Amino acid sequence: MNFIDNPGKLRGFEKHVKIEKVSRRSILKGLGITGGFVLAAPVMTRQAFAYETGAGKMPHGVVVDPRVFVSVAPDGIVTIVGHRSEMGTGVRTSLPLIVAEEMEADWSRVKVQQAHGDEVKFGNQDTDGSRSTRHYLLPMRQIGASARTMLEQAAAKRWGVPATEVKAVNHEVVHSASGRKLGFGELAADAAKESVPAIEGLKLKDAKDFRYLTKGQIGIVDLHDITTGKARYGADVRLPGMKYAVIARPPVTGGKLVSFDPDAALKVPGVEKVMKVQGWPWPSKFQPLGGVAVIARNTGAAIKGRNALKLVWDDGANAKYDSVAFRKELEEASRKPGLVVRQEGDADAALKGADKVIVGEYYIPHLAHVSMEPPVAVADVKGDKAEIWAPVQSPGGTRDDVAKTLGIPEGNVTVNVTLLGGGFGRKSKCDFALEAALLSKELGTPVKVQWTREDDIRNGFLHTVSAERIEAGLDKSGKVIAWRHRSVAPSIASTFAAGTVHQAPFEVGMGLADMPFEIANISCENPEAAAHTRIGWFRSVSNIPRAFAVQSMVGEIAQATGRDQKDMLLELIGSPRIVKPNVKDLWNYGEPQDSYPIDTARLRKVVELVAEKGQWGRQVPKGHGLGIAVHRSFVSYIATIVEVAVDDKGKLTVPRVDTAIDCGTYVNPERIASQIEGAAIMGLSLAKYGEISFKDGKVQQKNFDDFQVVRIDESPVVTNVYIVPPGPDTPPSGVGEPGVPPFAPALINAIFAATGKRIRSLPIGKQLEA
Amino acid sequence: MIKVKINGQEQSWDGDPDLPLLWFLRDEAGLTGTKFGCGQALCGSCTVIVDKEAVRSCITSINDVAGREVTTIEGLHPNGDHPVQKAWRQVNVPQCGFCQAGQIMQAAALLMDNPKPSHDQIREAMSGNICRCGCYQRIENAVHLASTGV
Repeated sequence: MNFIDNPGKLRGFEKHVKIEKVSRRSILKGLGITGGFVLAAPVMTRQAFAYETGAGKMPHGVVVDPRVFVSVAPDGIVTIVGHRSEMGTGVRTSLPLIVAEEMEADWSRVKVQQAHGDEVKFGNQDTDGSRSTRHYLLPMRQIGASARTMLEQAAAKRWGVPATEVKAVNHEVVHSASGRKLGFGELAADAAKESVPAIEGLKLKDAKDFRYLTKGQIGIVDLHDITTGKARYGADVRLPGMKYAVIARPPVTGGKLVSFDPDAALKVPGVEKVMKVQGWPWPSKFQPLGGVAVIARNTGAAIKGRNALKLVWDDGANAKYDSVAFRKELEEASRKPGLVVRQEGDADAALKGADKVIVGEYYIPHLAHVSMEPPVAVADVKGDKAEIWAPVQSPGGTRDDVAKTLGIPEGNVTVNVTLLGGGFGRKSKCDFALEAALLSKELGTPVKVQWTREDDIRNGFLHTVSAERIEAGLDKSGKVIAWRHRSVAPSIASTFAAGTVHQAPFEVGMGLADMPFEIANISCENPEAAAHTRIGWFRSVSNIPRAFAVQSMVGEIAQATGRDQKDMLLELIGSPRIVKPNVKDLWNYGEPQDSYPIDTARLRKVVELVAEKGQWGRQVPKGHGLGIAVHRSFVSYIATIVEVAVDDKGKLTVPRVDTAIDCGTYVNPERIASQIEGAAIMGLSLAKYGEISFKDGKVQQKNFDDFQVVRIDESPVVTNVYIVPPGPDTPPSGVGEPGVPPFAPALINAIFAATGKRIRSLPIGKQLEA
Repeated sequence: MIKVKINGQEQSWDGDPDLPLLWFLRDEAGLTGTKFGCGQALCGSCTVIVDKEAVRSCITSINDVAGREVTTIEGLHPNGDHPVQKAWRQVNVPQCGFCQAGQIMQAAALLMDNPKPSHDQIREAMSGNICRCGCYQRIENAVHLASTGV
């Protein structure tokens, strides 16, 4: 599927779909429409699915209840609740679209209403881990089918005919024998009296009858508002009497305020107050760092006031954090044995006996998310009640954390979810909402806390820094007989617990211990590394350094043995089989191995598909090169070919990218393509420029001038996306994140093909200029 | 007292004359379509059109636009049907959408100056606007489409 060459075929996307805004009150009002569904079934969680997913094991599981997600008004307008956060994946469109598909609602008469944070009511809302479609495709279908069945039953009763003779079709129920029809609106009140059908007896639509799913013809519900400036992000919330706050935070993680002088700040026109913000000792999960807030009548005055503050900090235990020295530590650790996380055969002996050993040492520094909307939140705390408006990936978690931070019951906290101006994992951490809540409580007025770009880069939750060392042992024939991979990186768990020195199981399972190659002797190790700053999830997480190392090593082996990269890759993947690594409780993105095994047939398939469609082996001009990489993450399979051009000054451009994705059963191929196109840009950004470094405990970068990301004039000329058609029972898998990991190694392999230079340390920076 | 015309309406400001136009628009005038992304004219999220030129409102003071005409995304077209906006929807450009107002204003300014830009000219003119979601291929296609008739 290629949407790129022919944007004309995307015409007709606009639909007149209105989005309800995000207050709890309006949601209650919306669902209480007279004559709307008031269904009488128990809340169903942890359904028996046709395929098992990890959804039921997430906090608060899954709620399959049309009373919670669907209402039909007498005028026929169907309101469907979107309970996940929209940060650009299209989830606020795709999940309600699944419900509309199954209930035969006409999308032009559907309103989408954003859920507030309430996981007891809506089920898990943590929009993270590329899980939304994976966990909610079937529950949303069941919700839609329940609603459809009830409308059909109501019509059948009205006409006195068997329910089997009627059928919902495009917002009406039809009795074809008599030609009678009733609109959904006319049936709403009666349908509400019907009992909710048992999930097991629900008839789901046949895929051949889909009008919306898999078609890619429905634009996102926010499209018109985004293009007219009406879409409301966290930063766009305005309340009567609201104050604007900007906070000076400790420049070193774990640092503390010693003293401050507010006088100059208070002289800035528009500044009203300067106040301390409570901080928590590091590490403390997502609690605020503390500091000094400048309160003003507008954000500009608050920023100017903050610049005028005189601040004295105690930098604390991380004051010596230095990225140059730390890199040496990580690399030295990677040269010594570490905690063994996977062992098969005897890698030590096999390496000793190998005819040839190829060693690759790879390094990727810290990265910052830099979503275009920096962290921002509005809070209105009155007495023991708090209302928050914020671009948060986890509204349920935010509600919980606000309640704990303020010491009030969770039921007294309302979290309204705005659109997110990008998330990438940063907005899974709600520290900015907690800051707003603390300030509003103290001020007694609504307050907006706006992070500047400098705050975002210097006080974030960074992607970890990583040294990866792989030794591959080859026999005389060039076959790889031994593989030892040591991965050394501070863990995300360090943000939750002091003293963490090893990777958490979920990090070990991201491209280290789940390595799919068919090699007899394997050792995967994790030597110790301590954190010296806040580490957090970044789109695709540990898969970035692991895919970079593993797929670069494939290129190195091909290079050393004179073989084609793609042939080498397929040889290492080996026979079509289910890989069962010798790892106790191997983390599988929270999914059961039965539904989501490591399937090398699917891994091979994406390599073969991208090679065919991307014309692997094609002749390219002088100075150009092709590189390939494949990686399974978030239980999806993705292969990428990058064509790079490097000129005689070492300047690189990317004429073409081809990516094949197998994400199982899918909903909206058009949004899948957009995610993969974007992943290529993010992959190129981190490969070319991505580096956050520390000196004296402080982040050395500040804004987009020294933490650069790819711009349009250096973006790939074309990114082609090919989606593997799913098997009939293939469960859905992740899309938002898995496009990122294979990009950098495919690029690096392409650069080798073009120039003969092997890049092992990211970012590329000026390495090609030498 | 500073007077400025924004989307055809006269507005006045008697506060700090150095206040960046961005914050006047967003926090004082309530025109939140213009976004804050960097504060240093590095990302283009805050792009508005002053007279006929695209400017970064985060480093342009309210005093700098005294007596001039400012157009924001809200004022680009009464129904949101400027050719660039229509093209954006046809090509389905946005992901998160946050940078798009700035992108659209930049593209609208480009087409005022150069109604038929080449692909290279589009890339050059749009290179001050960052999209972290990476919608660049579609931005380029949408500007091209807007220039050839929507």
